[in-house]
Amino acid sequence: MRAKRMARLIGYSLLQAGPVLVVATFMVFALMQLVPGDVAIALAGENATRARVEEIRILYGLDRPILAQYGSWLWKMAQGDMSVSMLSAEPVFDSIQRRLPVTLLVVGLAMLASLAVGIPLGLTAAMHPRRLVDFVVTAFASLGIALPGFWLGMILVSIFAMSLNWFPVSGMAKMATDPWGAVWHAILPAVALAASGAAEVARQTRSALLEIQSSQYMRTLLAKGLPQSQIFWKHGLKNISVTLLTVTGLLFNRLLGGTVVIEAVFAISGMGSLVVTAATGKDYPVIQGVMLTMVVIVVAVNLVIEILYAVFDPRITTR
Amino acid sequence: MSRFQAIPGIHVCLRRLGFHLSLGYLVFLLLLAICAPWIAPHSPTLQNPSHVLLPADGTYLLGTDDLGRDVFSRLVWGAPLTLYGSLLAVLVACGIGLPLGLIAGFSGGWIDAAISRGIDTMLSFPAIVLAIGVTGMLGIGQTNSMIAVGIVFSPTIARLVRGQTLIGREALYVDAARCFGASNSRLILRHILPNAIQPVIVQATLLLAMALLAEASLSFLGLGVQPPQPGWGAMLARGYHYMEIAPSQIYAPGIAILVTALSVNTLGENLRVILDPRRRR
Repeated sequence: MRAKRMARLIGYSLLQAGPVLVVATFMVFALMQLVPGDVAIALAGENATRARVEEIRILYGLDRPILAQYGSWLWKMAQGDMSVSMLSAEPVFDSIQRRLPVTLLVVGLAMLASLAVGIPLGLTAAMHPRRLVDFVVTAFASLGIALPGFWLGMILVSIFAMSLNWFPVSGMAKMATDPWGAVWHAILPAVALAASGAAEVARQTRSALLEIQSSQYMRTLLAKGLPQSQIFWKHGLKNISVTLLTVTGLLFNRLLGGTVVIEAVFAISGMGSLVVTAATGKDYPVIQGVMLTMVVIVVAVNLVIEILYAVFDPRITTR
Repeated sequence: MSRFQAIPGIHVCLRRLGFHLSLGYLVFLLLLAICAPWIAPHSPTLQNPSHVLLPADGTYLLGTDDLGRDVFSRLVWGAPLTLYGSLLAVLVACGIGLPLGLIAGFSGGWIDAAISRGIDTMLSFPAIVLAIGVTGMLGIGQTNSMIAVGIVFSPTIARLVRGQTLIGREALYVDAARCFGASNSRLILRHILPNAIQPVIVQATLLLAMALLAEASLSFLGLGVQPPQPGWGAMLARGYHYMEIAPSQIYAPGIAILVTALSVNTLGENLRVILDPRRRR
């Protein structure tokens, strides 16, 4: 029975993710429509001859209706053919494949740090509402949300890399040959990235627990004479687990975006530096490739979270 | 665990203090931005090769940058640029989000389904990556990049307005107006919109803080404010290259961004409390 329910849930979530993925891929494709002027000229480069422009137009199928273009574009993408970079002539898929692990390492570490710092802070604040500790946590959270992560990164570099020499200033070690070196390189970027994440997590955890605590059934448990610790660990935490899942999903999306700027500070060649260079150099296929990869990852993570909801909260059904 | 009748003590006082401080700072910043030409002691773009990377002194309040430009003047001139960029992004976000949300919420059916799907999808993209992608397509520069940020923020507004419109559509006063023969556009503009606008104002303020950080990030990446214009993010990017020789270069613009974003956020949070009808006495 339980297995059947899970299977149905997973199927349902997959069905939900499908349309989002279709619309998302169409948006990435349709981005090209924002390019001012003739796309074929933009793709051919500034000094291309008229014959070359027409050649490009046929090559990219720009003379066909937009939905037909989208169809063949999507088909190519699905086969892992993301076209080639206009700047380096390297296949876009290859450069993404090389850079994605680096970005995911930084984001993964930052996720861990945000949750490990944010959740305890939020819980502590909510357990002592309107006390000094609550005030300090709330102030920290406001500060963290307004703090530009890349600026924090610079300060971290100046203190921990330049003055104290504890961490490397910039760059990244090869993950395949030197995994610990790679983690070592990723710590400062992850901390810079995690500051705003931890602040957001602390804030959300605090308000979630406060809301639960003001509920009728928590008061009932207290009236019934249960010890506070048991109320908190058994009933409080269980009830905010769904909120924490939502927060984790949003956090991943946020950190994946934030890493773009952080990578620039630490001169890490990940997805961020790839898309920034592409945006500066009008390298349209690379921009599309990076955005497509990121949105697919986010949709996949959301899918997992959607399924975990049902695991944590038996009230959620497919109806 | 739950304390009944919590005294509205130090917390409320501190919140009010924060509100007044932020409001004061933002008014000050606005005046600074308007009066930048008269306040800045030097030209923000004039290079002086003999005064490169000077420490702060009487002539140069915050020292000079790697091209001998006065950091304080650049900081002052950065204020109007930052405010222009962030406000532009929020205006674009509201300009797109408000009508979309109203239409989706009011019409319902397949129109609502289509718009809502679009909103969900746009929110699946990491915001800054989408903004960079749109900027790359439009071409880099401050106006383009902030229009891109506005487009990226618009689903947040649209989703909020849609929810508010759904509530408003069912309200008794809207039914009454409909009975008096009010047209759909009149219903939306005169009856639903005014009742939906308060949370939008709060959200727009909070988005302003995010737009500010996005502006700084995009300028830092070289996609926003272009040299020799003195954007705060761009100043950080330049200062970062010379951090080992002149570490103080990165403090002033960073603190400016932090304090401004903090103030706008505090203002938004306070507006949320002030405008919340449940808390009104």
